[in-house]
Amino acid sequence: MLLVVEQFLNGLQFGLLLFLLAAGLTLVFGIMDLVNLAHGSLYMMGAYFAATFAAWTGSFLLGALMALGATLVLGIVLEMTALRHLYGRDHLDHVLATFGLILFFNEAVRLIWGPAGLALPLPAWLTVPVPILPGIHYPAYRLAIIAVALLVALLLYLGVMRTRIGMLIRAGASNREMIGALGINIKLLYTLVFGLGAALAGLAGLMQAPILTVQIGMGENILILAFVIIVIGGIGSIRGAFLAAIFVGMIDTLGRAFLPNLLRQVLSGAAASTAAPALSSMLIYLLMAIVLVVRPEGLFPANRR
Amino acid sequence: MAEPLLRVEKLVRRFGGIIATDNVSLEVASGELHAIIGPNGAGKTTLISQLTGHLEPHSGSVSLAGRDITYLPAYRRCALGLARSFQITSLLLDFTAADNVALAAQAHAGTSFRFFANARKEKGLRDAAHAALDRVGLLHRADVVVSRLSHGERRELELAVALASKPKLLLLDEPMAGLGVTESQRMVKLLQELRKEVSIVLVEHDMPAVFALADRISVLVYGRVIASGDPAAIRQNEDVKRAYLGDQHVVTHHG
Amino acid sequence: MKAFSVSKAVTALMLAGLVLLPLYSHLTGNIFILTLFTRIIILALAAASLNLIMGFGGMMSFGHAAYLGIGGYAVGMLAQEGVGSGFIQFPVALAASATYALVIGALSLRTRGVYFIMITLAFAQMAYYVASGLARYGGDDGLTVYKRSDFSGLINLGDRMQFYYLCLACLLGVIFLIWRIVNSRFGLVVQGLRSNEQRMQAIGFAAKRYQLVCFVISGTMCGLAGALLANNTDFVSPAVMYWTRSGDLMVMVILGGMGTLFGPIMGAVVFLLLEEFLSQITEYWALIMGPLLLLIVLFGRGGIMGALGRAGRG
Repeated sequence: MLLVVEQFLNGLQFGLLLFLLAAGLTLVFGIMDLVNLAHGSLYMMGAYFAATFAAWTGSFLLGALMALGATLVLGIVLEMTALRHLYGRDHLDHVLATFGLILFFNEAVRLIWGPAGLALPLPAWLTVPVPILPGIHYPAYRLAIIAVALLVALLLYLGVMRTRIGMLIRAGASNREMIGALGINIKLLYTLVFGLGAALAGLAGLMQAPILTVQIGMGENILILAFVIIVIGGIGSIRGAFLAAIFVGMIDTLGRAFLPNLLRQVLSGAAASTAAPALSSMLIYLLMAIVLVVRPEGLFPANRR
Repeated sequence: MAEPLLRVEKLVRRFGGIIATDNVSLEVASGELHAIIGPNGAGKTTLISQLTGHLEPHSGSVSLAGRDITYLPAYRRCALGLARSFQITSLLLDFTAADNVALAAQAHAGTSFRFFANARKEKGLRDAAHAALDRVGLLHRADVVVSRLSHGERRELELAVALASKPKLLLLDEPMAGLGVTESQRMVKLLQELRKEVSIVLVEHDMPAVFALADRISVLVYGRVIASGDPAAIRQNEDVKRAYLGDQHVVTHHG
Repeated sequence: MKAFSVSKAVTALMLAGLVLLPLYSHLTGNIFILTLFTRIIILALAAASLNLIMGFGGMMSFGHAAYLGIGGYAVGMLAQEGVGSGFIQFPVALAASATYALVIGALSLRTRGVYFIMITLAFAQMAYYVASGLARYGGDDGLTVYKRSDFSGLINLGDRMQFYYLCLACLLGVIFLIWRIVNSRFGLVVQGLRSNEQRMQAIGFAAKRYQLVCFVISGTMCGLAGALLANNTDFVSPAVMYWTRSGDLMVMVILGGMGTLFGPIMGAVVFLLLEEFLSQITEYWALIMGPLLLLIVLFGRGGIMGALGRAGRG
């Protein structure tokens, strides 16, 4: 029981992190029609910035805030110098150009921070276990991640659904020319949206940093998970990304935790321990395959004409 | 009366709350040129899309020569003898005119799962392509890449492509769209010729052309067929006049 | 006018160079260059197979490296289980790649555009994780192939020069096949689908069927490259399937010129030589390679073949 609750929360936490990443990706795609592989690099940069700033300032929170600002700025600079020129071009061009950016970022990180990973230690107050149910404790930091990510998801939802900028964003997603005709500065809007996406990726990266090591290439595996989420949720749909992210986070976490035991009840011990790791890493892709067969457009395709 | 070539029965298609095709029934006899007209937004494109298989109706049925094709995909309908032209020219832009037509002929000449022999050297396909190009007066442009053809030539090529599949029924979606006066006249002449060989459903805005060509006309307004009959009857029809308030003089003047 | 063009001349030169390279290596005693070019030729084969679906078929697969791994693991796993004959290993490698391509293609082709890119990427990553989970076959660390495929005296893969020529023959054979395919009935349909799927459906072609067959042919060809690669490195690991390798293959195709016969070879040669060259100058070669890719995308339309074509005309 204890384990189930804990793994359930782990899955939720992982799913929410994935959502932060997928939301930025899907926003940028939905609005600018840009496929950004380097989104994972921004996630990585968020983690590196946080580790560095936290070490400088000696404060985890301050470091995290500075890292958030830094990825926002980085995203804006990246958009203005490079990615802006890719709007309106072939998706294949996007893929190649941003693939080049990944190579660049990975190498730049290796040059600046060295090939070894960094650690981002947590302050004491975040490491205490918190009782959540009678007899069940859960690390405060992971709870904090859940809370922050849920808050951001809520703000994002309200921002996109209820504000003027959000309305522009939604208008942009469905009708690019229309916002131009309304006399809104599209260039600025695009830059801001990209910056927002970058900051979300950075936030995911810096929150994940204390749990995993901060290392080169950390953004790439998780980026592919974000792709899976977007495919499942439907491109351009924030709501779809949210539900699919939670779903994927849960399945991946619970699968890895419980599949070996389940298999052991069906198969012999040796066979189970051989098959389990391969099978549990396949789970979400199988899920994606099923969704593709049933609903090729994803579960919640954004309304477009 | 014999079984009509195309029979559309009680076709309904909704988009959200809007009924774009409202209980439409139509019959096109073999050898007939049947025109579908209607003001903008009348649902002509939606109707055509259901005939060609690009859109599924919510209810009702479409049958070709007695065979139910309501839910067949586009490529199967083509194999059954339904060819179409597109309202907005849709061709293989990076292929030559002859290649475009030859591919249509190839689709109806045995399997395309042949991996080794050079298809451009298959005499049968090339001959068929050249014959169809000749039919629409484009033979001299056979080896020109489509992206270099003029708009008018592309409209003619659309026809050649449709003809190359030796269809029973030709669905022409605004073949005159965007054509100049002389080009339009040539197209009308061409259609006059073609209608002797193949049954045609013609969706068109060019009223003089429609009234010159059609055996029968169906008028679509707000997704409904409000009138159907020969050109003379349609010209006299009060409902049609009302629906076409702005275009009324066109209807009466040129007939 | 058509008899001579710059791109044809450069292609001919390059092919002559590839054929004569072992001679040069033999005369100068430079073994390194032979090893390097064996690798280049194998990856050129993989790039050529990708070009079939990407350049001619318009299917942007971002998961092509999976076949390198599948072909390689077929050889490695059979070798480990005591089946050393190339007459078994290679057909199994091709069949396994074809089967994977059939399943992945059938799923991925339900979608198009960006979805297709993402999905092929994701499935290849799945293959990567599955290979990492194969504890019996080395898991993450990979699998050493202690003995190269045995073709019972017909050809000795252990001999550098024989192996080089085998790889070159495979590459040229695949290019020949692709040449025949793209001009065949089937090839015209596939290219027509790239150009305008709606039109092709309207004239009576069941799009997915042709695309799927093309996808499988391409995957099978790349599986051959995988089997050769495992023999070349005497080793296979999940890393050959890592998604950056798929990206490399895409870059080679684009760099050389999508939808041209010899472009992928050109792209592979230039890309891998550039990588080799840059990595000799600086440890941080990707720092230059990355932005270079960006520049190629922004300014280099049509790749090397395109540029040579313009040079020929201008």
